[in-house]
Parts: sequence; structure tokens; C-alpha cells
Amino acid sequence: MFDSLVLADLPPEAEALRGTVKALVQETLATLTLEQRARSWAGFDATFSRAMAAAGLIGLTLPREYGGQGRGPFARFVVVEELLTVGAPVAAHWIADRQSAPLLLRYGSETQRRYYLPRICRGEIYFCIGMSEPGAGSDLASVRTRAVATESGWRLSGQKVWTTYAHRDDFMIALVRTSEQSSDRREGLSQFIVDLRAPGVNVRPIEDLAGDRHFSEVYFDDVVLPAEALVGAEGQGWEQCIAELAFERSGPERIYSSSVLLDAWIAHLRGVGRRDEATRALVGQLASQLAVLREMSIGCTALLERGMSPVVEASIVKDLGTAFEQSIPALIADDLGAHPGEPVAPELVRTLHYLSQLSPAFSLRGGTREILRGIIARGMGLR
Amino acid sequence: MGLDELLHPFDRLLSAVVTPAVVRAVDAGDSPQGLWSELVASGYLDLLVPESAGGAGVSLADAYPLLALLGRYVVPLPVGETMIARALLAEACLPAPGGPLLLLAPRQTDSGWWQAGVPMGSLARHALVDDGERLRLVELDSVSLESAGLHASQSANVRWNTIPTASAELARPASGLGAAAALLRAVSISGAAGRILDFSLDYARERVQFGKPIGRQQAIQQQLALLAEQVLMARFAASMGCRAGIDQGVLAIAVAKQVTSAAVPAIAAIAHAVHGALGITAEFDLQLYTRRLHEWRVANGSETYWARMVGEARLASDVATSTDFVRRRITVPVGSLPPGEMEVP
Repeated sequence: MFDSLVLADLPPEAEALRGTVKALVQETLATLTLEQRARSWAGFDATFSRAMAAAGLIGLTLPREYGGQGRGPFARFVVVEELLTVGAPVAAHWIADRQSAPLLLRYGSETQRRYYLPRICRGEIYFCIGMSEPGAGSDLASVRTRAVATESGWRLSGQKVWTTYAHRDDFMIALVRTSEQSSDRREGLSQFIVDLRAPGVNVRPIEDLAGDRHFSEVYFDDVVLPAEALVGAEGQGWEQCIAELAFERSGPERIYSSSVLLDAWIAHLRGVGRRDEATRALVGQLASQLAVLREMSIGCTALLERGMSPVVEASIVKDLGTAFEQSIPALIADDLGAHPGEPVAPELVRTLHYLSQLSPAFSLRGGTREILRGIIARGMGLR
Repeated sequence: MGLDELLHPFDRLLSAVVTPAVVRAVDAGDSPQGLWSELVASGYLDLLVPESAGGAGVSLADAYPLLALLGRYVVPLPVGETMIARALLAEACLPAPGGPLLLLAPRQTDSGWWQAGVPMGSLARHALVDDGERLRLVELDSVSLESAGLHASQSANVRWNTIPTASAELARPASGLGAAAALLRAVSISGAAGRILDFSLDYARERVQFGKPIGRQQAIQQQLALLAEQVLMARFAASMGCRAGIDQGVLAIAVAKQVTSAAVPAIAAIAHAVHGALGITAEFDLQLYTRRLHEWRVANGSETYWARMVGEARLASDVATSTDFVRRRITVPVGSLPPGEMEVP
């Protein structure tokens, strides 16, 4: 079962990027508190994204003719790992780099590729994903936002929700219904590039339980789309969307969401000199899991490198990885609470509480735990 | 010879000679001599012996898929231990004694040396014993071996009242034999776990309740997905340990045993839940695997034993991030790091 997912080594030319990223993030990190770093891929900083672009670190896997670096998934793994481990504020360019650009490269028209990809690589334009709707969460095929063909293009109406940074991004790639002819709800769906500043688009940020505004609701009220806003083929939106989600689920981003907390806690333990057996066991358990999950993520990347689409394998790594990310604040909260005599830096406490409160999102974003397990079961021939 | 040319014949051999009936017989105390003779004749016991000494010269890193088959077929003899022992003896230009060998790292106390719960310990006649500095080749006799008393298990407690007499001494690999044996347990757990997943998927497809195979029930599907995740994680952990080998220090092996042992309770519990009452019968083969999984989880150090060692190294490390700690100390075998990346332990 899953025999193609095996140990793989990161090649030296990918490893060589590590130093570049470490040097680049240093200055930005110095301006951020621990709590801000714990936001990681929810931290929006266009200045940082443009610095990333200037260093040639956005669009790594895109061909050079579109402004990319023509490198492979291993190179991207190294860069992403370095960014997420230390909590660099990557949100501005994150979705465009991870999902929108590969999607446009694969399904977009030559005109779209020539227009959008170089701008993404320069860190000038930012994208969000328009999938979820009030009535379409895990059941994505039930989207009701609709695009109707007009003489010159399309007219878009409906609503998206939980859209990360729609209120600060430039474009959305939206999955919408263009036909209701078929009884199969996965047919008749199409993807469009929507300019979020177009007339008729209304974006309202939603405040989360920690007081942050990273996601939003987006209303489309007869938005006029040009014909060339369609991505790929009309009616092929579902297949394109599934391919897009594979980009999202295959990366190392699913093991590092609590890294900043883990390392701050270890620094705390070193500072107070606590090394009893139970503490060593807890630290060692987490380090061991990280070591193995990281290898599994590299194994997935090796499948991408070979041109495969490891949907099931990526779902396995994501489910394991998010469980690991979520266990970190839970275990550290108990550990610190069990040692009330220890002085703990207030920002470590705040970071812990932030991640405890927000960590349920880790196994929601990009496909819920239950949906992933369904994909794994299907991969094993059970459905 | 390519690895595939070694792997597939080994798979066929084990499938032919290590049938569930043979495993049950050895578990019940019958002589394993017939099975042992087949393994000797196959030549596979010299898998890890250098080619210059007449072996196949396969590294531990490459041997993972072959060693995992020992777990997949629950081979009821210490074959992995014998393979490593024969390689160590050959590298020291020493002849290997006939019969199965153990790898032991006993506690040394004033009242003697002892090690509890050695898997398949009753079936060996010799052992390489790690005294912390050197390895000693020691003959095991009835005085030093006693059954650990587990049902249908040949695991043994090994005890010497005086320091055991060595017929030969040789150099100790960097990880020590305690870690080498732990690595073999990790690999066996991962191999057996793969078979348990296959059993569980087959059964979920066949067993009908509420008018459809239970594998069509979402609740069972979610459990089997969890099982597959743990099986894959165990496989990665064990192969990471093999990749590091026994000459590179102990941390990658510690991670391998930590993660595989930690996976055991969930793997066994889900497999049994899927199989229902049938799974806990003596007659159904699942028990041949899950009984061993529980035994191997504890043998050669449980998950917490090895976690402490990894934790100690992490807490002693000045490296700021756990990612860098993992990269430098666990993922990449020591010695193959680029200049400037090496961390002084």
C-alpha cells in the first residue's frame, strides 16, 4: 500500500537555497514579536513578499520564460520549510505562489500566463481562493455562485466566505457554477479570475476568535467578467480545483504551524534548566515525530518532482501533520501549567494561548480531517 | 546484484517456509530447526556480510525492505539479529558460530548481568554481548536463559551471575547493540504493521453488516485511514533508522523506535476493532501479528525510553530551531554534512 512513498534526499542544489532564505528572513523577524511569528502563513507583509520576490524566491517552480526560477518541488520545499519554521510573514504572496500560479501555468491560456505569472513572481499581485460558500464547505460541489454567459463575457453573482485575505488581495480564482444541466453536481463548474477591485465586488473581513482579520466574506453583485477571465475549460472547474488542492496539500506547511511555539518552549526549558525524565521524554517525542513527518513530506515532494499528483499520500501527511501541529499547544499548555513555580515569559504564554485557540483551523483549512480520511479510504479502495 | 533481485526471492522464500502453521508451531515450543535449515541454505543470513567475506554486502540502509519482510511474515527466529551479528563478526575476521545469534546489551550490576524480555531469546545458542566498550561472543546455555513466561512466545530473560566468558571479542559499533536490536524491532514492527493493514482492508471488504461490507461504513473508513497513517509513519521511521545505520550514533535509531513503538497501540487496537471477536481467536492469524507488536513495542526500549534520549540531545543543543536540530542530527547521517553545518555533540 502506498509503495511509491519512500524516503528521499533533498538534493544539494535545493539545500543551497537554505542559506539565502535564512539571511533574508533575519531582518524581518527582528521586527516581529513571538506572537506575530506564530501567525506564520497568516502574517501579511507586502514588503517582505517583495523582498522574497527580489531574491528570486517566489515562483521557484515556474518556468523562466514566465518570470520563475525553473526549479523543482525540492527547491520549493527547502524555502517553505525555512519560512514556516521561523514564522516568516508569508501570507501576501502565499496563495499565489503555492496554488494560483501553478494552476494558471497548467490550465491558463497563454495570455493569462504572460500577464499574471511574471507579476506574481515579482511579488506585485496577490491571489486568494474562492471555494467555500455559506452553503458549500466540505461539500464543495454545492457551490451556488453563478456566472452567466453574456455577449462579451460573463456576469457573476453570489457569495464566497472564509476567503483568506480577500480584503487585501488583488485577485480571486473562484469556483462557480456555469451550468445546471447535469444531475452530477461536479459538472457545470468553472474557474474564473476575479479582479477584487471590479465594480460589484464587496469584501468584508471577518474577525476571528483571536481578534485577527485574515479571512473574509466576498459578495458578487452582477460583476462583469471579460471572456478571458475563464481559467481552463468551461465545465472543467471541479477537476481543476482538485488538482489545485493537491498543490495545497503536498507541501511541508502541514507540520510547521506550531514550530515557533515548540522552539520557544524548548528555549524556555533550557533557560530554566529543566531536564527531568518527563520533560526529556516530551521534548523527544515531539522532535521524533517532527523528524519522521518531515521525511514523509519530503517523500511526497519527491513524488511531485517525478511529475505525479500524490493526492492520497499528501492527505495522509496532512492529516498526521495537522494532528502533530495541534498536539503541540495542547501538550505545552499542560506542561507549563504543571510547573507553576517556573517564571515564563509573557509572550510565550500569549503565543501558547493564541495557538491553543486557533489550532482547530489547522485541520479545517485546505480540507477537513474527515474529508482527508475519506480520500485516504478511497485510495485504499474502500469507496 | 540489484536489490530487487534479492528482495523478490526472499519474499517468495519466506512466503513458502514461514507459513502461519510454522509460526504457530514455533510459538508453541516446537523445534525451529527445519525453518532454520531453510534460512541457512538460502544464504540470506549473510545479506549484510561484506562481499569480500563472501556475503551479499548490502548496507543496512538498502536492506530495509528485506528486513521489513521478517516482520511482515513474523519470522519466529532472530534472523535480523543473526544477520547483523554475522556481519560484525565477518568485519572482525572472526568465524560465526552456527545457529541463531542474539544482540544483547545487558544491565551490569553487582549481582551479575541481565536483560529482560529478549524477543525469540529462547531460540538462540549464542549472542554478541555489548559491555559498553567491546562486543563479546558468548555461548548461551540453559543457566543464562529463562522463558519470559509470555503465552505462545519464545521471549526470554537472560541472566549471568558472573561476567560471561567470551570466546572472542570485537569492536563495538557506534550505536551499540542495544540500539541495533531496537532498530530491528522498529523494522519488524513496520513490516508486521503493513501486513495488519492488508488483513484489515481485506476483512473490511468482505464482512457484511447492515446489508453492505463494513468497509463501506464511514466510521470504519475513518478508522482504516488512521491505521494506514500509522503504518506509513512506522515505515518511514524504521527506514530512517536503517538509513543512519549502526555506525553513526544513536539518534536516528532512537527516533525509529520511538515512533514505531508509539504507533503500536493504535495499530493493534484499530485492526482488532475492525475484525471484531474473530480477531481475538487463536485460530485467526491476526493474533500472530498483534501479540508480537505489543511485545516488540516494549522490547529494547519503549517509546518513552527512546524519547528521553532524543529529548536530552535536543535540550543539550544550541540550535535555535527543531527543524535544524532534526536536519543536522537525525535526518542527515553524521559525517555527510556540508562544512559549517556540523554540530558538536
